[in-house]
Amino acid sequence: MAFQEIELNMGPQHPSTHGVLRLKLTVDNEVVRAVEPVLGYLHRGMEKLWESLTYPQIVPLTDRLDYLAAVSNNLGYVLAVEKLMGLEVPKRARYIRVILAELQRLASHLAWVGFMANDIGAMTVLLYSFEDREDILDVFETYCGGRLTVHGIRIGGVPFDMDAGVAGMIRRVLDGLPKRIADIENLLDDNRIWLHRTRGVGVISAADAMDYGLTGPPLRATGVPWDIRKEIPYSSYEDFSFDVPVLAGGDVYDRYLVRMREMRQSAQIIRQALDGLPEGEFQAKVPRILKIPPGEVFHTIEAPKGELGFYVRSNGTDKPERVKMKSPSFINLQCLERMCKGNLFSDVVGILGSLDIVLGEIDK
Amino acid sequence: MPEELTDRPDLLQVAEALRERFGDPVGAVAFEKGELAVRVRASELPAAVEFLKIVRGFNALNDMIGLDRHPAPGEGRKRFSILYQLYRFPGRLRVRLVIDIDEGEAVPSIVPLFKSAGWAEREIFDMFGIVFRGHPDLRRVYLPEEFTGHPLRKDFPLEG
Repeated sequence: MAFQEIELNMGPQHPSTHGVLRLKLTVDNEVVRAVEPVLGYLHRGMEKLWESLTYPQIVPLTDRLDYLAAVSNNLGYVLAVEKLMGLEVPKRARYIRVILAELQRLASHLAWVGFMANDIGAMTVLLYSFEDREDILDVFETYCGGRLTVHGIRIGGVPFDMDAGVAGMIRRVLDGLPKRIADIENLLDDNRIWLHRTRGVGVISAADAMDYGLTGPPLRATGVPWDIRKEIPYSSYEDFSFDVPVLAGGDVYDRYLVRMREMRQSAQIIRQALDGLPEGEFQAKVPRILKIPPGEVFHTIEAPKGELGFYVRSNGTDKPERVKMKSPSFINLQCLERMCKGNLFSDVVGILGSLDIVLGEIDK
Repeated sequence: MPEELTDRPDLLQVAEALRERFGDPVGAVAFEKGELAVRVRASELPAAVEFLKIVRGFNALNDMIGLDRHPAPGEGRKRFSILYQLYRFPGRLRVRLVIDIDEGEAVPSIVPLFKSAGWAEREIFDMFGIVFRGHPDLRRVYLPEEFTGHPLRKDFPLEG
């Protein structure tokens, strides 16, 4: 019996597309021949809106981009604006920012491993990982009141000082974390179904990954040790010692391993930052009405999803001329077709999950 | 932060190599806040990107950024600009190529050089209406096909 290629629609309301993503799939029997992502269901015109807002007003809106890693978005935008102003941020503020950003990376990776395992059918992991993610969100709530859309970083510093209460809470989260990561690894690392669904699936070579502009854990799973925290350190990352986990397989399983190892490194960075937290101010002096002389900057940070960049152009007024966001999910999603071609239809969900996309920052 | 290009010999070298290869249009090389921006002619853009990629080892296209200068582009300036952020890994080198174009002028696509330009060019087409010659699949990326107008143009109203 001869088979012919058929077109299948997936999404935009599909539980495994992590938001409102639509995929047009061309399949030959069970094998994927083509994937075309259709975007824009969550397009809010953020970049247009930003041109009508003042610099500080934009910060809370960046929370709504990658809503699983709000602090990372705050940090990316705020660092770009500070670079444009030539503003020196107090060291204490830089350390607090690192603590918040790394907690956010832990929360984002924990959410990812839960969703990813859930997509593949291992629901237990979600229940475990969300327990720890909840503890991290509680830290954010105690620190500044926000949980999901944290707004935890301001231009010139951070909104609140890190007191002993919050620091103690963070230490308790970090103390419990190794056991929780080990629990998740026990459930997945040697799980036959998990291995079958992830190993050798969605493979991409390092050369292709660079060509497609892939960044973040998916790139480091192909053997390229590209981490902006090490490459061009920002916000005092040069003060901390940590490793950049790199694996060479380029498949879904290696992306999982890279993220699990990154979590341990993040915990190590947070401990160093808490121990070495310098005394001093946590907020630089910033004028109430912030006008920036004409200029332009492009600044990138290592967000949990990949390399997050902001291009900010000022025109001398209190509103930016243009703010362009380089969203890691948008660029990483471009690789999906390459990764899915020739794989089984049932693995599309796993490969999509392994990229860790958030539609909030893809559609902007 | 280095204020002069001479403080950054690695970037200076790239700027000189580009100048040698593509001539010296007025105001071609700008160094601001530690970032190097080189202005090239739109027709020479693919050659410049290829030169940076093959000869100078800039192996990643970080981002493409569209700009609209409407309604006052300035004396003798064109309306739109496109900025190409290139990165060399490893090497910590970032270069921004800038091209200026007018309404209705097509830009040569760089998809043959960087696949990551595929969606980036579609986004600029969607948001600014700039056409990329040689793009394999130039369609809107966010907005529906039947949408009229290009939202990030300065003459597009914020509220409709």
